[in-house]
Amino acid sequence: MSTIYILWLRQLKRYLRSKSRIFGSLGQPVLFLLALGFGLGPIFKKAGGGNYIDFLAPGIIAQGILFTAIFSGIELIWDRQFGFLKETLVAPVSRFEIMLGRTLGGATIATIQGIIVFCLTLLVGFRPHSWVVIPLVILTMFLIALLFTALGTAIASVMTDFQGFQLIMNFLVMPLFFLSGSLFPLTNIPSFLGFITRMDPLTYGVDALRGLLINTSHFPVSFSLSVISVLAALLLIIGSYLFSKIEI
Amino acid sequence: MTENNLAIEVEHLIRKFGENTAVNDISFSVKNGEIFAFLGPNGAGKSTTIKMLTTLLQPTSGTVLIHGFDPVKDQDNVRRSFGIVFQDPSLDEELTTYENMEFHGVLYKVPKKLREDRIKELLEIVELWDRKDHFVKTFSGGMKRRLEIARGLLHHPKIFFLDEPTLGLDPQTRNQIWTYIQNLNKQEGITVFFSTHYMEEAERVAQRVAIIDHGSIIAQGTPEELKTQTKKDNLEDAFLTLTGRKIRDENASSIDKLRGRMKMFRR
Repeated sequence: MSTIYILWLRQLKRYLRSKSRIFGSLGQPVLFLLALGFGLGPIFKKAGGGNYIDFLAPGIIAQGILFTAIFSGIELIWDRQFGFLKETLVAPVSRFEIMLGRTLGGATIATIQGIIVFCLTLLVGFRPHSWVVIPLVILTMFLIALLFTALGTAIASVMTDFQGFQLIMNFLVMPLFFLSGSLFPLTNIPSFLGFITRMDPLTYGVDALRGLLINTSHFPVSFSLSVISVLAALLLIIGSYLFSKIEI
Repeated sequence: MTENNLAIEVEHLIRKFGENTAVNDISFSVKNGEIFAFLGPNGAGKSTTIKMLTTLLQPTSGTVLIHGFDPVKDQDNVRRSFGIVFQDPSLDEELTTYENMEFHGVLYKVPKKLREDRIKELLEIVELWDRKDHFVKTFSGGMKRRLEIARGLLHHPKIFFLDEPTLGLDPQTRNQIWTYIQNLNKQEGITVFFSTHYMEEAERVAQRVAIIDHGSIIAQGTPEELKTQTKKDNLEDAFLTLTGRKIRDENASSIDKLRGRMKMFRR
């Protein structure tokens, strides 16, 4: 337990001390919110979709969580390169605890980032339909964060350096975001795109957030939450297996 | 656990990486309380051997016993019994001196009170107590090394592994570091196993040495024995006689490869 705690604490300290990282990772969500939210808003309204900012906000929150979570997981490569990983690997503790502590730390950071983005959406006029659901919203954020931090850790366990970084960015993170229904409604889209979005775990995260925040969702919220939870558990298992196989 | 007074026993140890044999059938032993130096040119297999002794790497074949425990089957008992200073730094630079120590103490489950006392004691020994709240990223190479030594000793290990502990440090710091280590060896009876390029260090500090080259141990004994065997009057000449004068190349370490890319990622 103390192992998990100290690794969690370390991730958190590193995050809170890196102001440039906190602000830097807010750039993208703000850009999307302003450019897309205000740029496409009038057309969305004309097409009968309602207020686009309201529709978009949960998607942008999910995007903020996705990016921070994946990179928190991938930060493991950093520890490997700078030698700190060795310090944890020769300690008399199980690798599962190390992996779990790291992942919970990364997920906490990504959740905080999600909350910050949520506050930013309030600044541009977004209002949740009810404030009572906020604890549940934060729980959903944490589940999304856990899922993608575990994914990042699993990837970082098999990567030895940042060579594949662009690959992950362009063929994993970006598609996860753009194909998740963050930016567009899932109704009336071509069936191939509908299929792809259903394969994207972030779809269920965005949809659950939308269900809770604006009371509109494609799938039942409980269904989406179950999907994310099961996938998060699965990725934690895969991640800890791959992590246990690391040789320095 | 066998009571045969041996801290480290290695028999017919082999490690292959694909076709390449990094460690080729080596056998040696280190007694309790001994200072043992592991010498060899770049790429001779020193670090690979240390990784196998410290549970980081699995042997292809052969046996290792650390205080009677097998690093493959009995990882936690082995891990509790040693402290290590790696060749490359392994500190978290974004944390302070004290936080790095505390992280280690918690991982090794040193009780809180004992941990606090021990951290203070060790940081005073390596003269870093007045910098306990400084970030490690502001430290020089020598200070980092001293902190790693203090950290490696926090959980009262019986064996202390040091992989080229004085590489790149100035003579003053090197001297200081060896003074700590020798005192520790005398006062606490801790077994010290270190690798180095500096022959005069090995000659001065080590009670016994083994020379490894191309993955095989080509000589072992006291520094005196090696000098007699090669009819040289210092260990450096004995070493050159045994290993030849040809310069060895080593693959770039991951840290070298990374340096170019680091700035790009951090933005």
